[in-house]
Amino acid sequence: MKYLPLIVRNLLRRKIRTLFTTASIFIAFLLFGVLMALKAAFSMGVEVAGADRLMMIHRVSFIQPLPKSYLERMRPVEGITLISHANWFGGIYQDPSNFFANMAVDPETWLSMYSEYVVPDEQKRAWFADRTGAIVGADLAKRFGWKVGDRVPLKGTIYQKPDGSPWEFTIDGIYDSPVKGTDKTQFFFHYDFLNESVRGTFMADQVGWYLIKVANPAEADGVAKRLDSLFANSPAETKTATEKVFASDFAKQVGDIGAIVTAIAAVVILFILFVAGNAMAQSIRERTNELAILKTLGFTDGKVLAMVLLESSLVAVIGGGFGLLLASLIIAQGDPTGGFLPIFHFPPRDLVLGVALVLVLGVLAGLVPGLQAGRLKIVDALRRS
Amino acid sequence: MLSQIVAVTGVNLKSIRERAGSSAVAIIGIAGVVVVFVSVLSIAEGFRAAMAKAGDPQRIIVMRTGSDTEMTSGLSGEDARLIMDTPGILKGSNGPLASAELFVIVNHPLARSGTDANVPLRGVSPNVLQVRPEVKIVEGRMFETGRNEIVVGRAASRQFANLSVGNTVRWGENSWQVVGIFDANGSIAESELWCDARVLQPAYRRGNSYQSVYARLESIDSFQSVKDAMTADQRLRVTVIREPEYYAEQSRVLQSLVRYVGFAIAGLMGVGAVFGAVNTMYNAVASRTREIATLRALGFKGLPVVISVLTEAVVLSLIGGAIGGLLAYAAFDGYQTATMNWQSFSQVAFAFAVTPALLAQAMIYATIIGLLGGLLPAWKAARMPVVTALREL
Repeated sequence: MKYLPLIVRNLLRRKIRTLFTTASIFIAFLLFGVLMALKAAFSMGVEVAGADRLMMIHRVSFIQPLPKSYLERMRPVEGITLISHANWFGGIYQDPSNFFANMAVDPETWLSMYSEYVVPDEQKRAWFADRTGAIVGADLAKRFGWKVGDRVPLKGTIYQKPDGSPWEFTIDGIYDSPVKGTDKTQFFFHYDFLNESVRGTFMADQVGWYLIKVANPAEADGVAKRLDSLFANSPAETKTATEKVFASDFAKQVGDIGAIVTAIAAVVILFILFVAGNAMAQSIRERTNELAILKTLGFTDGKVLAMVLLESSLVAVIGGGFGLLLASLIIAQGDPTGGFLPIFHFPPRDLVLGVALVLVLGVLAGLVPGLQAGRLKIVDALRRS
Repeated sequence: MLSQIVAVTGVNLKSIRERAGSSAVAIIGIAGVVVVFVSVLSIAEGFRAAMAKAGDPQRIIVMRTGSDTEMTSGLSGEDARLIMDTPGILKGSNGPLASAELFVIVNHPLARSGTDANVPLRGVSPNVLQVRPEVKIVEGRMFETGRNEIVVGRAASRQFANLSVGNTVRWGENSWQVVGIFDANGSIAESELWCDARVLQPAYRRGNSYQSVYARLESIDSFQSVKDAMTADQRLRVTVIREPEYYAEQSRVLQSLVRYVGFAIAGLMGVGAVFGAVNTMYNAVASRTREIATLRALGFKGLPVVISVLTEAVVLSLIGGAIGGLLAYAAFDGYQTATMNWQSFSQVAFAFAVTPALLAQAMIYATIIGLLGGLLPAWKAARMPVVTALREL
């Protein structure tokens, strides 16, 4: 530590170069963080999708509804612990650009199904008892400044009231989640409320999709097969798979666009780091004869190398550290697109990867010129101008 | 003064080769930024082009009031008849040039991954080729009225599995024979599969209902009168939109998403590239300290020195920009892909488009990076005290 002033002096010798090298490293890691968040967002929640949750849709496509009567027919199937269902409502709040997912669900089974959604008990009870009540995600509530008790009108698109007026909901609760990467931008209300309003039409007693909790995730595929065979050769055949499979298929539908953007930017980040690392190494290589003087004065090879490594690591840690910090701050602001990337967070795994990259950069940039300098004879090194 | 500028700049540019290493770093850095800038924005550009081509200002879409996409709209057979009979819609040899349509989604595997995707299947009226004259059957034939036959858009046949002429595909209880491939000038319609709406209705239990009516107007100017006639009709509750406006709205989300991502990444990288350019130009100035000081001692003014450094920076960035632009063009122009259109939850296929306007934007961007990168070093070079600079090694 007593050599710290010397290291700092060395760094300040060419202030501009040190400044800009640090700044490029800063930018590279800022980009890194933002990209990792985007990558997680494009993967559509594959990481947090439950392996013990099956999703069942109409075999032809998810826009075809399934009969509500399937619920009772599924109950006896072995290996199932819970069944719930949802309907996509597609309501619009004020303007189509205020997009968020809103669905009609069966409240009690829904909250047991998604046990990661945490709702205070009194809010939960209020919602269960309130036919026109809704609960919303914490991020969504923040986005529109909603509080418990607020009345929220949603304009129907698929489901329209005969007079064309909007549907009125009361916010009874706000759900949050301790699990990182959980979608907290959704809006849930009572299926019964929706179903009553379409009584007598072809939309009555239909659900959008079922969710089925299995007792043993290892047997999920078997249960899925049993369920599908139950409804085979009926007018509404089903396709059942784990939530994870659906999420990853959905991400594949978004296609190679996300992958292309990520790949290009990853190459560029590596390139920026290469250039910055090179500049750091260069600044040490220029001082080879000074290192020789230190050795003449009695510094051991190890000590010289340690000082060089400390110097390059200092630049990497300052630049990279602030880059990752700012990235986390930006990402913590949430989805920048207004509703279309609901899962926007800095995956902890990638944060660790970022920190590791910072250290590798610092060590590599110092190690190469440091070892080269160590290998030189003092006399030769001093002779170099 | 001018001759001084020319002389110093000339010397500068000629000596770039001697500083090949650090110049290459700046060039490659800027090329990298331009590649990303161009390639990411070419996605948005290609998507916009595919959407724009689908819109004919002389065509309208009629949907139920309150629906912002065909997916959520619903019209009865009676509604569709009333809409088609509205005066102002072009008449053909057998009735009005209007197509009452049904838009559904089917699960069908992607060619590239084999996993299911949401593929748009559109039921159309038999006269659809007169309503959309830009659509041409390029292989096989049109479907026959009343039969389980589909024609497949060119992009759809490429992106989805087993959709060549002669194949049979099965969705739910119904199987369909692929009888033709159609071309629509690369517009979004090419991502779709088309069949007879009357056959699709019972297959999807839609009774005698539709979701939209596409109609050709007698002239572009008759839009307002047609719209007024339909909205005034007590029996109808519909919205009437010109086709280009509808498609612009349909592409809004994906476009703004891609643009947001593109500009954010290219912007950040641009800042990174400016830092790279600053380092390069500082090296350039530092390596010629004595040379510049000698010129100054000979009576050259500061301004020519500043301009020479800036010119060098701009030349480097233009080289980098050109390389990056060409690379992006070679790699991505015309690249066929498909993605999810968030507004209809179905697949859209389109080609990346590296347009001249995009390349021009990229060159301007590269120039700005070069200028910003050269500014500080140029300032330093011009302000160097001559005596100390001459003494430098």
